Amino acid sequence: MTDPIGSGGMDGQAGRNLPPLRLHVPEPPARPGESADFTHFDIPAADAAPRPDEAAQPSDMRDLAYGLVRVLDEDSAAVGAWNPKLPPETLLRMLRYMALTRAFDARMFRAQRQGKTSFYMKSTGEEAVSIGAALALARDDMCFPSYRQQGILLARDWPMADMMNQIYSNTGDRLKGRQLPIMYSAREAGFFSISGNLTTQYPQAVGWAMASAARGDTRIAATWCGEGSTAEGDFHSACTFASVYRAPVIMNVVNNQWAISSFSGFAGAEATTFAARAVGYGIAGLRVDGNDILAVYAATRWAADRARANGGPTLIEHFTYRVEGHSTSDDPSAYRSAEESSLWPLGDPIARLKQHCITLGIWDEDRHAAMDKELAELVRDAAREAEKNGILGHGLHHPMESMFEDVFEEMPWHLKEQQQQMLDEWKAAGL
Amino acid sequence: MNMIQAINSAMDVMMERDPSVVVMGEDVGFFGGVFRATAGLQQKYGKNRVFDTPITECGIIGVAVGMGAYGLRPVPEIQFADYIYPALDQLVSEAARLRYRSAGEFIAPMTVRSPFGGGIFGGQTHSQSPEGIFTHCSGIKTVIPSTPYDAKGLLIAAIEDNDPTLFFEPKRIYNGPFDGHYDTPAKSWAGHADAQVPTGYYRIALGKARIARAGEALTILCYGTMVHVVEDTVKTLGIDAEIVDLRSLVPLDIDTIEASVKKTGRCLIVHEATRTSGFGAELLAQVQERCFYHLEAPIERVTGFDTPYPHSLEWAYFPGPVRIREAINKIMKD
Ligand SMILES: Cc1ncc(C[n+]2csc(CCOP(=O)(O)OP(=O)(O)O)c2C)c(N)n1
Repeated sequence: MTDPIGSGGMDGQAGRNLPPLRLHVPEPPARPGESADFTHFDIPAADAAPRPDEAAQPSDMRDLAYGLVRVLDEDSAAVGAWNPKLPPETLLRMLRYMALTRAFDARMFRAQRQGKTSFYMKSTGEEAVSIGAALALARDDMCFPSYRQQGILLARDWPMADMMNQIYSNTGDRLKGRQLPIMYSAREAGFFSISGNLTTQYPQAVGWAMASAARGDTRIAATWCGEGSTAEGDFHSACTFASVYRAPVIMNVVNNQWAISSFSGFAGAEATTFAARAVGYGIAGLRVDGNDILAVYAATRWAADRARANGGPTLIEHFTYRVEGHSTSDDPSAYRSAEESSLWPLGDPIARLKQHCITLGIWDEDRHAAMDKELAELVRDAAREAEKNGILGHGLHHPMESMFEDVFEEMPWHLKEQQQQMLDEWKAAGL
Repeated sequence: MNMIQAINSAMDVMMERDPSVVVMGEDVGFFGGVFRATAGLQQKYGKNRVFDTPITECGIIGVAVGMGAYGLRPVPEIQFADYIYPALDQLVSEAARLRYRSAGEFIAPMTVRSPFGGGIFGGQTHSQSPEGIFTHCSGIKTVIPSTPYDAKGLLIAAIEDNDPTLFFEPKRIYNGPFDGHYDTPAKSWAGHADAQVPTGYYRIALGKARIARAGEALTILCYGTMVHVVEDTVKTLGIDAEIVDLRSLVPLDIDTIEASVKKTGRCLIVHEATRTSGFGAELLAQVQERCFYHLEAPIERVTGFDTPYPHSLEWAYFPGPVRIREAINKIMKD
């Protein structure tokens, strides 16, 4: 039997004498073995972006969703309308927290390679995104991060050993060994429990912000996702809610160019910017040099002030680059040009701020080297402290029966029964 | 009160008592809900606490998770249970697991209300019974009332509960009990004993089943609309069956179930949801595990068929009196 739809359709088309349609499948500019090329990026001058009043209408600031808010120029000077004019102490704090994040990442990456844990995710090259935001927000604002904003916890002076306990899933893990390493939760640090399901935190942050507004609170919420994750439905639901209720929330899109092996084109980057997603929702949208911590700080402060003044949500795209693999399970050399990260035109966030501080005369190479050494020791000491509580798979973990806790507030009979059954089975097996 | 008024009254009572209770969903605010379950609440409690939402179920539940984490007690409505699937990830991966994954640091104390079930010629997308999908997932409670009195007491308990709860409302019996005879005029709750609903606060603990009819010959496990269909069928058959209205599937009142089946030695399970991997399979396994040596006949199930919900053939699909009678006869023959 012939396929009535298939053949009929083809015949009909052949007779119409039209050119065949073509499907566009995006291709990144460079694959392994090819040379990276970032010349197509339009990088505006550091002082090019105007800084609208925090109360400006989103419609009056559309250009900012397509430009690039920058502060640090090519000569390491802080310039332009967005210059937050921070005092030296703050600049050096920023530098220290970024370096601490990098040292923490280095140590924990090594711990994974040494078999002390199953998994790790670095934020190399993206440190400015979380540290800049963390310092611009109030300590009691609520963060709904994804998995690459460990810098927020570090900048909020959360104990590193506590984070490492989580990474090792040991007896000191506040999450009782239930989450994949790096999926922290720290309520006291205003750090929401991280989900492995991408972008689910987006509507949750908006809901938290709506609740805060409905209660007449003064705290705001901030959330982060990767550019690849903006394709998820939750992202768009969150934007709709944020726009409709003018929720006091900052929605950060960390455009680090890659979502595992898929370049940003698969999330729509060839057609427009991610900050421009804001335009359709009538939300303020800023596109920011994510490797310029002063720009990240300034944009976040602007958005936070706007939210606190009931001006509503802001969507910030942080234009940055994921220098390392997606995670310890990833090998980026299999899908992207090896030299790409070194050619990234916006440089390295730590190197840029360091040079700025040196130019200002408040810092020098020797002090920087000494700081790096000190931080490495701090991280090492924290790791030793955490390892006393055990490392993954070496028997030091929360008691087995804890597996059944926290499913519900009170343990129902069927879980009690299963818990007892498990204990009996282990006992019978002589373990 | 009818069931809608009872549900409305539960939310009213809880909003009055607890300023952290907020009601949200498509059309629930100004209009008071397509079934009028939230009527008058916005006028009384203001738009900060009762508000319409965009049409995005994953957004509604995701936002409710965040509100719960903040410290509110959201009562989101999903307009029809058939539309809960876009929110599945937020319910299953987020709300249900937040307490566990944060080891108690964050909770999602929400009560998701949603009209469910068939018998109203709603076709495929206004008739489904998705409870089995959620009872399969750890960390979320599932409650299904069958009378106005229970609906109010259970809803109050669900709102007070610190765990995320799905509150499925059998819409076929919103306005009156349904005995399964689709060609006879609809009945009303007026005059029904279980429609005597106090206006004030009372609660019915989650996880306690109700003996809708005591009996010695056979145990029938059911919930929602089916309680009434079963009651009427039993009446017309003149059989001394014990009808157990489960009221909540998670947590499940296993003690009442076990005691009843051990007493009668026979068991029939009735639900509207499709058969394969339905909650009836779990009930059957539980009864088998606990009561095997007391059973005098194989356990039977009457359920919806494993097809999408049909429109014109609704009454052939619906597990009505004919199929229930057949199953009872079969069990009693042995
Ligand atoms: C809902 C969901 N789908 C898929 C995945 C698998 N996954 C984990 S990370 C990732 C890429 C995310 O990329 P992006 O949002 O750009 O963030 P980045 O890792 O670059 O920071 C994918 C596909 C997931 N965790 N959750």
